Amino acid sequence: MTGQPGKIRKFMFVNRRAPYGTVYALEGLEVVLISAAFDQDVSLAFLDDGVYQLVKGQDTKAIETKNFSPTYRALEDYDVEKLYVEREALEARGLTAADLLVEAKVVAAAEMAALMEATDVLISF
Amino acid sequence: MLHIVNKSPTERSTLASCLDHALPGHAVLLIEDAVYAATRGSAAAARLKSRAPGIEVYVLGPDLDARGMGRALVEGVGTVDYRGFVDLVTRFARVQSWL
Repeated sequence: MTGQPGKIRKFMFVNRRAPYGTVYALEGLEVVLISAAFDQDVSLAFLDDGVYQLVKGQDTKAIETKNFSPTYRALEDYDVEKLYVEREALEARGLTAADLLVEAKVVAAAEMAALMEATDVLISF
Repeated sequence: MLHIVNKSPTERSTLASCLDHALPGHAVLLIEDAVYAATRGSAAAARLKSRAPGIEVYVLGPDLDARGMGRALVEGVGTVDYRGFVDLVTRFARVQSWL
C-alpha cells in the first residue's frame, strides 16, 4: 500500500448476510481475498444471518449457482486465520459450532463488540 | 391463494406479514433465503408452527440444499422441486409474492 510503508492496520470484514439470496456474501469474500494481497492484519466477523455463510453441506447444483463455501476453508492459505462467529447469532438460528465448515472462534456479542473496537478499519457486507 | 416469500425472517418482516394475512385453504411457499424460516431452532419456525390451521407450508428443495439446511427442516413443512413450484402456482387462482 502507498502512503505509510510498513504500517500494518487491522481490518475486520463484517459479514451479516446469508449466502446466495443476495450477492453480499460472495462480494465480501472476494474483497477479503484481494485484501490478503496487501499484507494487512485481516479478520472476519460473522453475525446475524452472516453465520449461515459457514454452514457445512452447502450444495448449489440444483440452483445452478457457484458454491463458494469451500473458499472459507482456503482462507488460511492466504494468511487469513482469524474468523469470529457470534454465539448469539448461532443460537438464534438453531446452530452450533459443529454445524460450521471451518474452524472459527465462537465469541459472545460483547466480545465481538470489543474486537470491533480494537479494529482500525471495519468493512461491512 | 399461494403466498411466496423469499427473504430471511431475521432480515425482513415479510414472512410475518404473510402469515398475518394467510387464510385457511391458502399455501405458503418459502424460496431463496426464506427457507431458513423452516429450520429447527429458529424463532420463525415456532411462528410457522403456530400458524392458523389449514395453511400448507412448503419449501423449495433446491434452495434448502444450496444452503446446507436440508437436515434441519422442521416437521409439518413439505418440500417441492421446481416442477412442484409450478404445480402450486397452477393449483391456486391467485399468487401473492411478499417482496
